[in-house]
Amino acid sequence: MSETAEELEAQETEKEFKELLTFFLAGEEYGVDILRVQEIKGWDSVTNIPNTPEYIRGVINIRGAIVPIIDMRLRFMLEKKEYDATTVVIILNVVSKGNADRVMGVVVDAVSDVYNVPANDVKASPDFGTAVDTEFVTGLATIDEKMIIVLDIDHMLNAAELAVVDQMSE
Amino acid sequence: MSIDLEQFHETFFEESFEGLDIMESGLLELEQGEVDLENINTIFRSAHSIKGGSGTFGFSAVAEFTHDMETLLDQMRNGERQVSVSVVETLLGSVDVLRNMLNAIRDGSDIDVDSVAETTVAIKAILGLENTTTDSVKEQVSEAAAKGWIVHFTPHIDIMKTGNDTVRLIRELNSLADKAEVTVNNDALPPLSELEPEDCHQSWVINLIGGEVSEDDIREVFAWVDDECDLKIEAMAKEDDYIGPERRDDDRRQKAPERRNTERRSGKSSESSSIRVNISKVDELINMVGELVITQSMLSRFGDQEDFTPATIERLKDGLAQLEGHTRELQESVMRVRMMPISFAFQRFPRLVHDLSTTFEKKIELIVTGETTELDKTVLEKIGDPLVHLVRNSLDHGIESPADRVKAGKSETGVIELSAFHQGGNIVIQIKDDGAGLNKNKILSKAKEKGLVSQDERMPDDQVYDLIFRPGFSTADVVSDVSGRGVGMDVVRRNIRELGGAVEVKSTPGEGSVFTIRLPLTLAILDGQLVGIGDETYILPVISIIESLQVKTENINAVAGNAEVYRLRDEYIPIVRLYQIFGIKPISTDLENGLLVVVEAEGKKIAIYVDDLLGQQQVVIKSLETNFKKIEGLSGATILGDGTVALIIDIAGLIDLYQKDMASSVVSIKGAAA
Repeated sequence: MSETAEELEAQETEKEFKELLTFFLAGEEYGVDILRVQEIKGWDSVTNIPNTPEYIRGVINIRGAIVPIIDMRLRFMLEKKEYDATTVVIILNVVSKGNADRVMGVVVDAVSDVYNVPANDVKASPDFGTAVDTEFVTGLATIDEKMIIVLDIDHMLNAAELAVVDQMSE
Repeated sequence: MSIDLEQFHETFFEESFEGLDIMESGLLELEQGEVDLENINTIFRSAHSIKGGSGTFGFSAVAEFTHDMETLLDQMRNGERQVSVSVVETLLGSVDVLRNMLNAIRDGSDIDVDSVAETTVAIKAILGLENTTTDSVKEQVSEAAAKGWIVHFTPHIDIMKTGNDTVRLIRELNSLADKAEVTVNNDALPPLSELEPEDCHQSWVINLIGGEVSEDDIREVFAWVDDECDLKIEAMAKEDDYIGPERRDDDRRQKAPERRNTERRSGKSSESSSIRVNISKVDELINMVGELVITQSMLSRFGDQEDFTPATIERLKDGLAQLEGHTRELQESVMRVRMMPISFAFQRFPRLVHDLSTTFEKKIELIVTGETTELDKTVLEKIGDPLVHLVRNSLDHGIESPADRVKAGKSETGVIELSAFHQGGNIVIQIKDDGAGLNKNKILSKAKEKGLVSQDERMPDDQVYDLIFRPGFSTADVVSDVSGRGVGMDVVRRNIRELGGAVEVKSTPGEGSVFTIRLPLTLAILDGQLVGIGDETYILPVISIIESLQVKTENINAVAGNAEVYRLRDEYIPIVRLYQIFGIKPISTDLENGLLVVVEAEGKKIAIYVDDLLGQQQVVIKSLETNFKKIEGLSGATILGDGTVALIIDIAGLIDLYQKDMASSVVSIKGAAA
């Protein structure tokens, strides 16, 4: 009896799925928790903010809110790419400790797909040479033989801001 | 039907605090020797309302305390008592105690029993009730918060003859509390043969436990038999300590917070701030909305129109113009709802000056003008602390001691003037003293000592005075508890800047100093001047703009390399090339192709070079910090008519940025030379 119960429990946890929205960035596929995605929109012009790092493209108006836009390629010091028809801005809800939730947008090459990934299929990432610092990676998921890098957007986008603070104080 | 009184608690506290403020200002007037019957009446009425309210809501400690104040005020009102300085002082003290009591009740914390007792005794002493001691008052105060009661009920022998039923009284008592333990004393009962059935020989001790019973509740039960029995009511110390009066005092104080738990809940909601609005302002709003609805229905007709003739287009245009007018008026009315007179911030100063002048042994007269000037509630709330700081500073550092003043040929009494007025879409608050003025040499040497300026630096007076707003600066020789910790003035400036305002100081040695605070009327909306730099549109606050002008080459002077100044009449104004500071690609770098916008903040002027002026409009200020962070030189952003975002320039911040930029370029020149 006890064994079956454990088995059931194991199956139960296996059934916990995480939905990921994936996008492309310099040939690699990255995923973010879909519950954090507020909307996806095409690239549109932004208003530049003076004296900020290049990866902060500027701010846009999303239904009355001023939302900063961050270029992921520049953020991770990848090669610059001209924005084209597939370039999109993913608007994300960022949760930061001790502060109110914020809304930020990230510019990526293209959106890919939405996957249902069992929660424990996301494996901790070994420290290897992806373009993205492992600091910002929650783990790796394998779907249809493809590897998807799952990003910790809260950490990433708070750090993105910290970098600005550092630069200002110099 | 039971009414939940808690919903009214917040209103009660609000009204009480207002009442206390009225009492305070009234008393201060009295102290200055203006004995005016109307004034005493006003103070009395406020005290009376607080007493009534606190009684209703069961804050009996407050009610009792206020009762004595009221008695004293009543005597003053009827002319039975002379208004003397000592009486007024005591009353002022009791206003403080009362305020603390109300705060404690609202926050659910403990009432400071000692101060209440002390003040009560002081008042009672004036009233001539000398037999009260601090302890007995303490007991009374504590009683209000007691856990239970011990009622000694000893009816007179003929109580039954008046139709009263002792058992009914005890039952009624029982219904008040959660639990009642009744002990009957039959000692006086005569033998059965001598017993007269209409006589009452018993006495009772009733222990009432729980149920939040006040002493008044118990007395009420016995109201009808008041003359026919001996009644003794004692507060119970501990639930299990029925008769042990020696231990009561300490234990009871520990018990007190428990009872207040019910009151605590209302304290939580006190953070939800409310606003009192004059009914006429609301009516105005309703009128405006009415107009808006009419315009809207008129405009909606055009939606059904099949084809547009020039005539209908003309009418459509009229309608839109009306709509614009109404929207603007509506916006203004809504803003007015948030406007409150500055007297809310000013009213604490008479007391502050009164108290501080005693502390510093200085004679000071406070003159307040323009209290009715209205400003936004948020601004009003946040300006309080900086103002207090500035007034304290004037009092502590500005005004000299009476002896020094006489020596300097001034009158013994120093004057601090607090005034508020409108000036070009701004609210200006001035704090002016007729003291010694800022000591330029002291400031300069202090700044050098702290490394804020270099040793050989020479600067104009205004800039020297401005140093006091720098972080880590304080000239007070002795650090007092009022000022001199060096965290003051920079915080004042920062707070004021956060409100979108500016503060500057002017000083004349021997004649005094003037601190001028400029604040925007509202935090939400700004009159903006749109300017174009390259492809970007920025917004300058119209109120900071002095003038815009076309550049005349002969008026440009280059000073030491990078810095350029523009000669405007008899002034030299530094030229700030915004594209340089903000790293934008401009249409032209040649000053002659663009325009200079001369702006002023905190007494400093700069001429901002822009490519073009694009027009003026009212903009709604949106914070950059909500989703991002504060950016130096910007006060926020707004959304333009086409949906794009435009950034709003913070002039004072930009001047700082420019000065930093200049300083670093000087360093790099020095570096290159070496």
